[in-house]
Amino acid sequence: MSTLAHEHDHAPSGLKRWLCSTNHKDIGTLYLIFALTMFFVGGAMAMVIRAELFEPGLQYVDPQFYNSMVTVHALVMIFGAVMPAGVGLANWMIPLMIGAPDMALPRMNNMSFWILPFGFALLLSTLFMDGGAPAGGWTMYPPLVLQTGDAFPFLIFAVHFLGISSIMGAINIIATVFNMRAPGMTLMKMPLFVWTWVITSFLLIASLPVLAGAVTMLLTDKYFGTSFFDAAGGGDPVMFQHIFWFFGHPEVYILALPAFGIISQVIPAFARKPLFGYASMVYATASIALLSFVVWAHHMFTVGMPLKGELFFMYATMLIAVPTGVKVFNWMATMWRGAMTFETPMLFAIAFVILFTIGGFSGVMLGMTPVDFQYHDTYFVVAHFHYVLLTGAVFALMSAVYYWLPKWTGYMYDEKLGKIHFWLSAISSNVLFFPQHFLGLAGMPRRIPDYNIQFADFNMISSIGGFAYGLSQLLFVYIVIKCALGGKKAKDRVWEGAKGLEWYVPSPAPHHTFETPPKLTKEMLEH
Amino acid sequence: MKLKALFNKLVSLFVLFPLAAQAEWGLNLRQGATEISQKVYDLHMFTLWIMVAIGIVVFGLIFWSIFYHRKSRGVKPAKFSHSTTVEIIWTAIPIIIIIALAVPATKLLIAMHDTSGSQVTLKATGHQWKWQYDYLDEGLTLFSNLDEKSQEIRQLKSGLNPQDHENYLLDVDQPIVLPINTKVRILTTSNDVNHAWWVPDLGWKRDAIPGFTNDNWAIIEKEGTYRGQCAELCGKDHGFMPIVVKAVPMDEYKIWVAEMKAAQDAKKNTANIVLTKEELMTQGEAVYKKVCLACHQANGQGVQGVFPALAGSAVAIDPANRLGHIHRIIYGKNLMPAFGEQLSDVEIAAVTTYERNAWGNNTGDEVQAKEVSEARNK
Repeated sequence: MSTLAHEHDHAPSGLKRWLCSTNHKDIGTLYLIFALTMFFVGGAMAMVIRAELFEPGLQYVDPQFYNSMVTVHALVMIFGAVMPAGVGLANWMIPLMIGAPDMALPRMNNMSFWILPFGFALLLSTLFMDGGAPAGGWTMYPPLVLQTGDAFPFLIFAVHFLGISSIMGAINIIATVFNMRAPGMTLMKMPLFVWTWVITSFLLIASLPVLAGAVTMLLTDKYFGTSFFDAAGGGDPVMFQHIFWFFGHPEVYILALPAFGIISQVIPAFARKPLFGYASMVYATASIALLSFVVWAHHMFTVGMPLKGELFFMYATMLIAVPTGVKVFNWMATMWRGAMTFETPMLFAIAFVILFTIGGFSGVMLGMTPVDFQYHDTYFVVAHFHYVLLTGAVFALMSAVYYWLPKWTGYMYDEKLGKIHFWLSAISSNVLFFPQHFLGLAGMPRRIPDYNIQFADFNMISSIGGFAYGLSQLLFVYIVIKCALGGKKAKDRVWEGAKGLEWYVPSPAPHHTFETPPKLTKEMLEH
Repeated sequence: MKLKALFNKLVSLFVLFPLAAQAEWGLNLRQGATEISQKVYDLHMFTLWIMVAIGIVVFGLIFWSIFYHRKSRGVKPAKFSHSTTVEIIWTAIPIIIIIALAVPATKLLIAMHDTSGSQVTLKATGHQWKWQYDYLDEGLTLFSNLDEKSQEIRQLKSGLNPQDHENYLLDVDQPIVLPINTKVRILTTSNDVNHAWWVPDLGWKRDAIPGFTNDNWAIIEKEGTYRGQCAELCGKDHGFMPIVVKAVPMDEYKIWVAEMKAAQDAKKNTANIVLTKEELMTQGEAVYKKVCLACHQANGQGVQGVFPALAGSAVAIDPANRLGHIHRIIYGKNLMPAFGEQLSDVEIAAVTTYERNAWGNNTGDEVQAKEVSEARNK
């Protein structure tokens, strides 16, 4: 044991460091590694899907297993990859960005992470059960989901676990941001990434308990003789869809808002120009969050709602285009007359703005009820939500990792490989998803394992894009590992134009930072 | 061999792309066969072009920045960070655009909801995994399953080539017929889980939900065959329950209904038909393939944990369960749907006989239609 003066940067060693960690940076790292692992688990399932759809006819898997792949791919990617990656970034960066020594509730932080592996152990174990993994879609619509075999209670409790984990993470972020900002870091001085996470946290707290309630009702319907969703017992199968999407639509923004935050950090840094319209960005984010609670039924226009209901949800949905447009225009204006350079984070950020906007365009089209009757549940929808979630949320997460990786590891990543990774990802993801617009319009329903020969060519192109995208991500793992192991030393301010408090701490960020509140200067508070 | 075929396919994909694109590639929504579907198509195109226009402006400005406002050109970054005027303008313009979109969308939606004044009413009921159709005014009921050829090709590793079947997965054993230039009200509901009834040429899809009846309508303007599929995940064979609508002039429709009614009545009175064991087995196998095989599988082994095996099962071999076996087919149990309505007495007799003698279930039992007819009343 060291007899020298207490060394502040000493991290506990061994397994205990990770299992019992209460350090926001270590927990952030755990979240990010977990998310990357799940990204590959869910990705492997996507590869199975694209392999089966490569040609018409059933070549590799039976339809039931195919449905399981579709279902578990979605659950793993949403709850295992994108959400934990966002929480990981929040853990790492929020204390550094607001000048706090750690998260407000460090032990809960540990628990909210360590629930995740158990939740996913429950979910993934169902792949080996009698009757197979859940195959009713991630939306878990009854009555179909009630036909799930032994996997059913595992699915429900897995969702409960993941929900509890996310709610604890959200409480932690809110407690941290409202209580632990350094003096002078007023709310309207906070970096936009922090703002988007605060708003996301409120969405999580408001929406996840609703999901928990819905799946609990499924559980009692199946095992305890209730009929919440069983028409034969006086229940209502459509009510589940209303409750589910009351959670499900805010969930979409839970995935997207942190991405907006990331992009609002990255673009000003590489444009060397302040973020355009900071205040309107905050208000737009808040408006999107509020609107997200009154548009849920656009996911279910075809269930047969009254005319007035359909009109209301159509108008409310189309209204979301306004604040979302404001954000896109603000990013555009931030780049305008800047002095841009195009390192990997910026490449991913620009691709995000363009491709997310394409997803937004198809979103407006889908929001228009009479035409949605044609688009609904086709590959047009699949293309839409992969544009906003893969080339949207995931590209933003990639951008964030490249942006902050030197701060985390203390080394620069290999810029050349990073750019190759970007171009491979950007091209292959468009080859993967763009043709799906055509498939959907031409009449191919989603969630089918086999199709008519008229859909064969675009499916083959899409699959080729899928395999290329999947393989390209192995390069990302190599780049991250290489960077963690060594390379060119990173400066404290890694990027010339980067603004924010995190660039005032050394690279790599020491185990403990801001143990006493920093004295904030005007430059530190710039956006 | 397979690699070579794949290579040829890829070559044709990329080399012949422009040709193929003109010839057969479905790229866009169908204009369809009704006034509504045409209006839906028009609104779709209108929206699409507005989106394309916004895209050109926004992406154009971004690319302008990328080319001209880059550090390598030696530019100095500007310092501005907001402009109230600009922000008001780009909040107002999207509002105007969405109003321009919402007005025609509202009109169209109101028209689509107006099911009044229909002359023919068709009820489509989703089953796992087939459609039942009731012509409510005619008292005609029929079932529509995936056609046999598709059924064979689509089995896992069947080795058969889907390219040999033009309407692969879009063909049925019993299409429905509707009159043209007539307002047809189409009700959708379900017998088990959620399905969705979708024929793209009619311009809409609608969920089929147990316990609910949704109503829709169509006036088909052109004669022809229109194909569609179930569009709501409904379990294992969701991809294999297509819809085929034949639109014909009213007088042909009436003839068709009369013929189908006659066939339906004939099917009702099969209780006195007596068949030989061989006939029962052949007909039974045909029925089995059509309605049982999807779950219980060709070898009678079912799917472990989901669909029970029939080969060697007590229900199918125990003499004491003979009536129970017939009842199970007529009334169903749990996941197993009731087939009493869909199958005639002789069909149930044949398939029961088949199941009690196939795959080593050699009970030697022979079930005749009379026994089924009596079982219906027990």
